[in-house]
Amino acid sequence: MASTEEDGSVEEKENNNKKRTKSAIAVAWLTFYNIAMTAGWLVLAMAMIRFYIQRGTHKGLYKSIARTLKFFQTIALLEVVHCAIGIVRTSVIVTGVQVCSRIFMVWFITNSIKQIQNEESVILFLVVWTVTEITRYSFYTFNLLNHLPYFIKWARYNMFIIMYPLGVVGELMTIYAALPYVRKTGMLSMRLPNKYNVSFDYYYFLIIVMLSYIPLFPQLYFHMLRQRRKVLLGEIIVEKDE
Amino acid sequence: MTRPSLTSDESFRTLTAKMKHYEVEPNATIGEIKSMFHKSHPQWYPARQSIRLDPKGKSLKDEDVLQHLPVGTTATFYFRDLGAQISWVTVFLTEYAGPLLLYLMFYFRVPFIYAPKYDFTTSKHWVVHLACMCHSFHYLKRLLETLFVHRFSHGTMPLRNIFKNCTYYWGFAAWMAYYINHPLYTPPTIYGEQQVRMALVLFLFCQIGNFSIHIALRNLRPPGSKTRKIPYPTKNPFTWIFLLVSCPNYTYELGSWLGFTLMTQCLPVAFFTAVGFIQMTVWAKGKHRSYLKEFRDYPPLRSPILPFIL
Repeated sequence: MASTEEDGSVEEKENNNKKRTKSAIAVAWLTFYNIAMTAGWLVLAMAMIRFYIQRGTHKGLYKSIARTLKFFQTIALLEVVHCAIGIVRTSVIVTGVQVCSRIFMVWFITNSIKQIQNEESVILFLVVWTVTEITRYSFYTFNLLNHLPYFIKWARYNMFIIMYPLGVVGELMTIYAALPYVRKTGMLSMRLPNKYNVSFDYYYFLIIVMLSYIPLFPQLYFHMLRQRRKVLLGEIIVEKDE
Repeated sequence: MTRPSLTSDESFRTLTAKMKHYEVEPNATIGEIKSMFHKSHPQWYPARQSIRLDPKGKSLKDEDVLQHLPVGTTATFYFRDLGAQISWVTVFLTEYAGPLLLYLMFYFRVPFIYAPKYDFTTSKHWVVHLACMCHSFHYLKRLLETLFVHRFSHGTMPLRNIFKNCTYYWGFAAWMAYYINHPLYTPPTIYGEQQVRMALVLFLFCQIGNFSIHIALRNLRPPGSKTRKIPYPTKNPFTWIFLLVSCPNYTYELGSWLGFTLMTQCLPVAFFTAVGFIQMTVWAKGKHRSYLKEFRDYPPLRSPILPFIL
């Protein structure tokens, strides 16, 4: 469900009288990280486009980009560390939830359940993720370099309006498609009796995951809408004064 | 270029638009002012008022006296609504009664939990009966301590806390109880009966320890007061842990649940112990920090929750 992420940039804090000066190392590392991630997702995008142009079908597309996707999406765990050590000003929990939901989709759904890898819904969320991540990481990069082109800012605060719901649809449809295979194989499940006296049914767990989108998605969506009004519309008012 | 500040979730009501004027004696307390404010604003009872000298400053205490505050002949206070409040005692009683009753429902295998053929049957494992006694004793102890032992610093907490806390306690209790009392429950296998016995000893030791600490803390504070003092070891050997730890009540609580985990050898119990430990560590560190801030002569050897470690 993590099509968009809470913004951690220094710029978007109201009443920023106490400017936080990050250490030079932190800025250098973050710049490098965000450039690398932008590049990574661009590579993914191009690989996906090239596959589709060459083969004319989406079947087998996931398999062809699986390794790159797993690599760059898993590296995103570093973003939780960034928040934890304070070089990025965002809540650790929010970032953690976002990154974990991505990791979950990649490793515990798409990677482990081979039969659903050619579903259209997979392509849907892959496209959404790619577009969103390229926008997001380039936004952070330009921010850190203090040269933010307006169109990147515009993209970051407008694309999500469509991307986010589309991403949710793609993810939910994929999980739904995976359910019968989970049930049949009993994967990641544990039954009684056992010496740990616990049981876990991955099938019902997935159903709960799907249901949890209902309360969580609107919260994140409206949060981004509020951020958008603050950042984009706030700016317009000031320009009028000048 | 100043950006217009938009309303955030917790907007501060500056009373410039609706300023209320009160005449008070210089020796009036904040508590009395809150009562006056409550009379003119009946929806905001004193417990949900936060009164400050500065909109972004700290909340003033009820005991603070007007003439001891940095104000002149007129004083301007800022009010913030803390939201609906509920008393600590009510929250504690509710959140502890739940696990006590829920666990018993699973123990007696009330219908609709397990397969119908098991309704109202009893487990053949003696450790299951022992676990029920320990769990029930633990929450009974907590209920009695809430009623007769604890002396609370704050009267109330935000209402939404009761939903959060009850979900946590009741949810975990049900989850643990389901497996321990399950017809397919497997008694401890690693060290068998010896494991259960040692776990029971650990559990009882820590229950007595935890109770001793609660009594010691109660005795630090005269009835009706909110004073804070450094706790020290007493004649009771269970309190000697104060030499090494700031919040031994949490240390003993962790020990109790470790005992219960070993006794039942149940992963959900281990989870509950782990989550509780994390939360208690956060609380212990906070308490330790406030002790250090408030008391210059605070014993340096003490750690927040685990001797020398944490």
